[in-house]
Amino acid sequence: MSTAAGTDPGREALFRYVLRLGDTSLVLGQRLGELVGHSPALEEDLGLANLSLDLIGQARLLLSYAGEIEGQGRDEDELAFFRDAPAFLNLTLAEQPNGDFGRTIVRQFLLDAWQLEIFEGLLGSGDARLAGIAAKAIKETRYHFRFSSGWLVRLGDGTEESHRRVQDALHELWRFTTEFFAADDVDNELAAAGVAPDLSALQPRWLARVDEVLKEATLARPAPVAYQWHGKRGVHTEHLGHMLGEMQHLQRTYPGAQW
Amino acid sequence: MSNDWPLYEVFIRSRAGLEHKHVGSLHAADAAMAVEHARDVYTRRQEGVSIWVVRSSDIVASDPADADALFEPARDKVYRHPTFYSIPDEVKNL
Repeated sequence: MSTAAGTDPGREALFRYVLRLGDTSLVLGQRLGELVGHSPALEEDLGLANLSLDLIGQARLLLSYAGEIEGQGRDEDELAFFRDAPAFLNLTLAEQPNGDFGRTIVRQFLLDAWQLEIFEGLLGSGDARLAGIAAKAIKETRYHFRFSSGWLVRLGDGTEESHRRVQDALHELWRFTTEFFAADDVDNELAAAGVAPDLSALQPRWLARVDEVLKEATLARPAPVAYQWHGKRGVHTEHLGHMLGEMQHLQRTYPGAQW
Repeated sequence: MSNDWPLYEVFIRSRAGLEHKHVGSLHAADAAMAVEHARDVYTRRQEGVSIWVVRSSDIVASDPADADALFEPARDKVYRHPTFYSIPDEVKNL
């Protein structure tokens, strides 16, 4: 592991780091895509679809880059459609099912706030490619956060039922946020190399951002959960496999199919 | 759900310097949400740089039944169009 700032990270660590970012965007984008045609209102349907397309666009940039780092000739489609669940390195929260609209918003809000910190941190990355992707993604993410935090306030500070639903969702999903800032060897190596932001520095900023909105939404922040999920190491909840089954079905049945 | 939300009319400015044009309408709980909805519904293909929304119920419209009284009298007054003036050659860019 490198310790001096500015040293080149290992190719394997960079590959895994970029996959984590790309897979988180891809899986969350796919989840939102499931809602197309099912949202409570036409206007929200388009809003969520826009978010989904932004995220899938980020995934394309990141997975393409990951494929180049790996150097085995895998492109974005190969990585998206021909890996099994244990090879996906997305954050566990991203793969959680949509549930009701409130739950979708809570999941989105927590991940939007996380992406804001990560992409802001990557703007100054020593890896020019990652810095460029972050510069594009941060604009999209700022809107996503505005969208999800706006809805969280409306629902949390809305009716008795909407408050109860988002508070329940927050309790259920909060446990997956422990993983956001739990740095492992990959994170540490890239932070030391000046490629990735230091996760421990991001956590208080993320929490402050989240707390500010929760307060306005009259929602209580759940207590921290010690148990940690490990989606970013490829250990997933059962939901990811089902989601991938649907997402990958066409390419696996007709490899290379295009339209 | 959207049936409970009031209707808003949406106006988009397509480029700096041009006027806002009416592009359609949508439902939203309030004005702030209407702007976000307008962004999502009407500017997905780079249609605009600025959005106005206004409650449809706040628009005061002319009555179609009054069309004859309002607009008919202008029909035979073609001299109100500035097409009867000859433009001097020295005047450019008109």
